[in-house]
Amino acid sequence: MTAAFSVSGVTVTIGEATLVRDVSLDVRHGEVLALVGPNGAGKSTLLGVMAGDRTPSSGEVLCDGRPVAQWSAVDLARHRAVLTQDNQVAFPFRVHEVVEMGRAPWRDASAAEDVEAIARAMAEADVTHLAERTFTSLSGGERARVSLARVLAQRTQAVLLDEPTAALDLKHQEDVLTVARSLAAADVAVAVVLHDLSLAAAYADRIAIMERGRLAALGAPSEVLEPALLERVYGVAVRVIEDADGYPLVVPVRSHAR
Amino acid sequence: MTHVAPGRADAGLSVGTHAHRGRWRAPALLTTLGLLLVAGMVSSAGVGQLTVSVTEVVGAALQGLGWQTAWAPDSDVTYQALWQIRFPRVAMSLAVGAALAVAGAVMQAIFGNPLAEPGVVGVSAGAALGAALAIVSGGVFAGVLGTAGLAFAGGVGATLLVYFMARAQGRTEVVTLLLTGIAVNAFAGAGLALVIFIGDSAAREQIVFWQLGSLNGSRWNEVAVVVALSIVAGAVAFAFARHYDLLALGERTAGHLGLRVERLRVVSIIVVAVLTGAAVAFAGIIAFVGLVVPHAVRMMVGPAHRMLLAGSLLGGATLMVWADLLARTAVTGAELPIGLLTSLIGGPFFFWLLRRARSKQGGWA
Repeated sequence: MTAAFSVSGVTVTIGEATLVRDVSLDVRHGEVLALVGPNGAGKSTLLGVMAGDRTPSSGEVLCDGRPVAQWSAVDLARHRAVLTQDNQVAFPFRVHEVVEMGRAPWRDASAAEDVEAIARAMAEADVTHLAERTFTSLSGGERARVSLARVLAQRTQAVLLDEPTAALDLKHQEDVLTVARSLAAADVAVAVVLHDLSLAAAYADRIAIMERGRLAALGAPSEVLEPALLERVYGVAVRVIEDADGYPLVVPVRSHAR
Repeated sequence: MTHVAPGRADAGLSVGTHAHRGRWRAPALLTTLGLLLVAGMVSSAGVGQLTVSVTEVVGAALQGLGWQTAWAPDSDVTYQALWQIRFPRVAMSLAVGAALAVAGAVMQAIFGNPLAEPGVVGVSAGAALGAALAIVSGGVFAGVLGTAGLAFAGGVGATLLVYFMARAQGRTEVVTLLLTGIAVNAFAGAGLALVIFIGDSAAREQIVFWQLGSLNGSRWNEVAVVVALSIVAGAVAFAFARHYDLLALGERTAGHLGLRVERLRVVSIIVVAVLTGAAVAFAGIIAFVGLVVPHAVRMMVGPAHRMLLAGSLLGGATLMVWADLLARTAVTGAELPIGLLTSLIGGPFFFWLLRRARSKQGGWA
């Protein structure tokens, strides 16, 4: 099966700065790929290149085997959904209206299909009870979940999530990644930018560690979560221990904390 | 390509059950505005130096449309006064109000900012410069249509200039665009001052009066031009209503949903320029209608653009018909410039909006 996204030799430079340097990776259907790395490592830029927002300075991104630039805007919108970090809505739209906007690419879908997709997306993102609230009145975490519901309502074969858990409480963090896993179970390709390495370790099939624009490591969590590598990338000593369920936990060494 | 992701948790909930509270609001608003509009039109046609009763106004209107009724006015003078002076003026105020309000709604949609107004991007200033040049130059441009034509060209030119100046790498940043609008406004204002400086006193007076805005002396051929342009541009705006909704999510996200943002912006800029240019060309600068009306409609029926555009169209027409009636009758024996009246109301409203935005969300970045 072709990869949902195939990134080969992608470099992004803006002026003097090189944000992404010669990165190659695939995001396959049916997997959750976590993009991790320190601030400014180029995770969001790489996601933007995959989404088609940004043309790479060199290299290429294929979507289902075809260069992203050759897709029409609507075809691309039917193929991949994107959750950006910036969840703003300019006017006080109601939550159900915002989620409904996710159906925009499917102009020929039946009303019943739209209604079902919207209801299910809102239930999965746990925002059904917010349906009649205006988006502008919501908290940061609620906004993020409504935006996630909008992405789910789009019903695409590939999903790009940029820090979907950033503003979320413990339960909703787990919920969002459970949703990501169930998408992958339905053969959807999921690429997700995360900061919490333990979260990535528990839910991702593969982890891509980025370091100053480069791909430092790519592989299964147990392979890439090496203390030495993480210390080099993040500049902080870490311990990788195993929790009771058998997942790796990444914990900074805190001998001098108190 | 399939787009159904099977195997997800069953939701078992229907969006239809979200009751859509306040659904009655939209039809109620449109009905109220419609009634107010008709009442305003009839009153405005009846009130003036020659007072005409409501039945005679209706009768004359029907007679002119080829339907003879018992309500038709007895005197031919009344009939002629209505059809040659009052009716075209009422029709012009209706068309100008609708065009300005719809232009404002579209402008706010593409900037994602409720403070955006056609005047902000320089349409009014450009149009004023064009008209002033026509008045001073004399000759073929000195006629009403010549003045209007140059005003229109100036408005469209200024808007396109702002837009293309503000573009960088195929994108338009709102802040850059608004700042460029300020520069164009300043430049056109200086040009206007220069034209007034050069012109003779008769031309000066004419320019100053045109700038203030007036619906006095509207003629059917002018009304026809404004209505025709407004219908075409307005239809385009309505066709894009759903796209404007998506634009509220921000350019990037709207793009991710398949919207061609740049194309939508270019077409919308032209729509705004045509609507505003047509209105300004025949009525002078009438500010703030494009700000106040869409904002009020949004507060009543929410931000979804199909209703917002429909409400703005009716609301703008209603506001302008009643404002013109007030401008004509507020001071006995004289007529207030209507642009002065709308700015008197719109200016403080703008301040109030600014303050409210600052206290609620820390202003617009």
